[in-house]
Amino acid sequence: MRKTLATSFLALTVAAGPALAQDFTEAKQGGSMIVTYKDDVSTLDPAIGYDWQNWSMIKSLFDGLMDYEPGTTELKKDLAEDYTISDDGMTYTFKLREGVTFHNGREMTAEDVKYSLDRVTNPETQSPGAGFFGSIEGYDAMAAGEVDSLSGVTVIDPYTVEIKLSRPDATFLHVMAINFSSIVPKEVVEDYGPDFGKNPVGTGAFYLEDWTLGQSLTFARNTDYWNEGLPKLDQITFEIGLEPIVALLRLQQGQADIPGDGIPPAKFLEVTSDPAYTDFVIEGGQLHTGYITMNVNMAPFDNVKVRQAVNMAINKDRAVRIINGRAVPANQPLPPTMPGYAPDYEGYAYDPEAAKALLAEAGFPDGFETELYVYNTDPNPRLAQSFQQDLAAIGIDAEIRSLAQANVIAAGGEPDQAPMIWSGGMAWIADFPDPSNFYGPILGCDGAVPGGWNWSWYCNKELDALAVEADAMTDPAMAEEREAKWRDIYLAIMEDAPWVPVFNEQRFTMRSAKLGGPDSIFVDPVHVPVNYDYVYSTDVQ
Amino acid sequence: MWAYVIRRLGESLLILLGISLVTFALLYLVPADPARQIAGRSATAETVANIRAQLGLDQPFHIQYLRYLGNLLQGDLGRSYLQRTEVSELIAARMPATLLLMLAAIVVELIIGLTIGAVAALKRNSAVDQSLMVFSFVTISAPQFVVGILLLYVFAVQLGWFPIGGYGTFGHLVLPAITIGLLGTGWYSRMMRSSMIDVLAQDYVRTARAKGLGRLRIILRHVAPNAILPIIAMIGIDIGLFMSGIVVVESVFGWPGIGQLAWQAIQRVDIPIIMGVTLVSACFIVLGNLLADLIAPLVDPRIKLK
Repeated sequence: MRKTLATSFLALTVAAGPALAQDFTEAKQGGSMIVTYKDDVSTLDPAIGYDWQNWSMIKSLFDGLMDYEPGTTELKKDLAEDYTISDDGMTYTFKLREGVTFHNGREMTAEDVKYSLDRVTNPETQSPGAGFFGSIEGYDAMAAGEVDSLSGVTVIDPYTVEIKLSRPDATFLHVMAINFSSIVPKEVVEDYGPDFGKNPVGTGAFYLEDWTLGQSLTFARNTDYWNEGLPKLDQITFEIGLEPIVALLRLQQGQADIPGDGIPPAKFLEVTSDPAYTDFVIEGGQLHTGYITMNVNMAPFDNVKVRQAVNMAINKDRAVRIINGRAVPANQPLPPTMPGYAPDYEGYAYDPEAAKALLAEAGFPDGFETELYVYNTDPNPRLAQSFQQDLAAIGIDAEIRSLAQANVIAAGGEPDQAPMIWSGGMAWIADFPDPSNFYGPILGCDGAVPGGWNWSWYCNKELDALAVEADAMTDPAMAEEREAKWRDIYLAIMEDAPWVPVFNEQRFTMRSAKLGGPDSIFVDPVHVPVNYDYVYSTDVQ
Repeated sequence: MWAYVIRRLGESLLILLGISLVTFALLYLVPADPARQIAGRSATAETVANIRAQLGLDQPFHIQYLRYLGNLLQGDLGRSYLQRTEVSELIAARMPATLLLMLAAIVVELIIGLTIGAVAALKRNSAVDQSLMVFSFVTISAPQFVVGILLLYVFAVQLGWFPIGGYGTFGHLVLPAITIGLLGTGWYSRMMRSSMIDVLAQDYVRTARAKGLGRLRIILRHVAPNAILPIIAMIGIDIGLFMSGIVVVESVFGWPGIGQLAWQAIQRVDIPIIMGVTLVSACFIVLGNLLADLIAPLVDPRIKLK
């Protein structure tokens, strides 16, 4: 949860909770809540915002064509009233809801959809999400700055928009649900220019009433919201600048309702073991994997046996204990709740003796010296020391290089600098619940470039080809076959062992007694960290 | 006098220029690439290169620096890489909070520091004097991070006298102001003590006593004012001292000033903000020192400005 902006990756969590309770849709509107955060809200421009904290704020201010059922990873239609997919899977036609208005009162139409997609893919916008739209026809010309409109997006009539793809893309509806696809009104964006992020106007459930820089933001209920009965609350106040520990104290004193940054690790055991709070602590799974990368181009990690030996040497149970059990041990890149996960795969069992033998077989009976890069905030250096001990047990002498986050990321992006990196605090968390999202940038050839995120520099052309095949399977009837294909890809990766998958983190948060709603929306897998639209106040029931 | 002020202002400009160059160079040497941070992890190499070009980060160091200076002369501190907001707007929005905190801290350090120093001087070499001096030694040495957390825990969490961090009312101001003020308290109590001891030994004090004036009257009318004046002249220097403290204290108390802004920017390598806050703080320190130097001769005519 300690995700600063550089890598404050959007997290997707999979709620463990049951389906939504019935009474919740009937909850009365009204009331308010206070949510606290440590860092300034960077921007509320949906084309730019890409961190833990603004992600669900943007979702509450804006809508896209698609969204997810609250508390789940199930796609649903949002501003799209309906859609059709052509037989070849290359053309998506969206029919828009009529009568949806922006916060400034103007009706949203197909022109706005086109404008929004053109804007997010225009290099001048500098959107960190532009790459998600790569499958839309005309994207390459757009990215190269040759044109200022996507040729694949056509307005058919005010309520119909057609999107043509240049390649089949099984993840396209997920792409239409991420924040970067939110619909924005052209005239307001042009009015404010680069300050649109401070003056956001969308069609969402809330509108921004006030923003006092560095102190607080106030969201007020959009009384004209098209989705009747939503949102539940009249007002949300976000208080900024509170350290997680202070935020927790305030919640305990009734001065706040949700600690947006979660329960701080130092207070974790105290809070979770206190009977007064057990009803208010909420746990959710996360599409996250923490891993150690080994640079396959740097000796001796260019030897697959060495990488396999390291996989057997790492004591994952101890790593989980170090973080107070806030995770489950991992044996493959995909987290257990991700489609494509292989539940029967056993991975490399912890066996220092076998690891030592394999290392000897690889030609290193006496081990070797190497470096382990790690992000310098707790608990990562402590975890690194644990890995260091594990490696020492099989004769590998790993020196820990504990650095600022940006420096570790920079080292990983150099072809021959970091032999090993522990991903903690910077690890991959999926953008959307699809197995493809764990491949390209972090395990595929696309990411194995200077400045890329594939820190193991693993590049397997055969697997890349398989990945393209899998993503071309757009027919929903082939979903299972596609999933199996992805499963095979990740298992093949494990044979080559460029990573040691260590654990999958769980998320923990809290709410005050005055808030109602199913647990799953407080650890919403998509509206991270909390699905604000559905939270209700028990004061007004 | 005016010639002196003008010369000092000129020197100050040179100092600020030097600070801007050093800060800019240090940030240039940080291996993190701002373009990559803006582009995000799903960006292609092309996108990153594009952003780098738009920000001028592909230019050599001296061009980047001169461009920054050029904008600076027009009052343009640039836009935050990550918040995409004007840095001047971010700083302006947070400046009142920082100024308020510094003012309150000065009040705190003067009240506590001068009182302790005066009492210690009057009870010189007694147990009271010694324990007060130990106290002042502790306040100088204690890390503000620890003092802040301690005060927050005892007075806000346990006793509930003050709100737990935040900004807005007088109650919010008390604890952070004390945390910063305590640092100065140590210095002021020691200076006040020695200054009082000096003054107490002066002939005019003996004369006053010989005239038969009461002890309290001597202290309030003759000793204290003469002892305090040279100390007041030091307040300008405190501004620099406090500037170093606000980063930590504002973060502990969730005080929305420029220190907190700087702390967040450092963690995110948001270079325009780091540059902006550094320069603004440097201005305060330079001006504070200048002020201290200008006040000194007014207080003590023996000091001449050259």
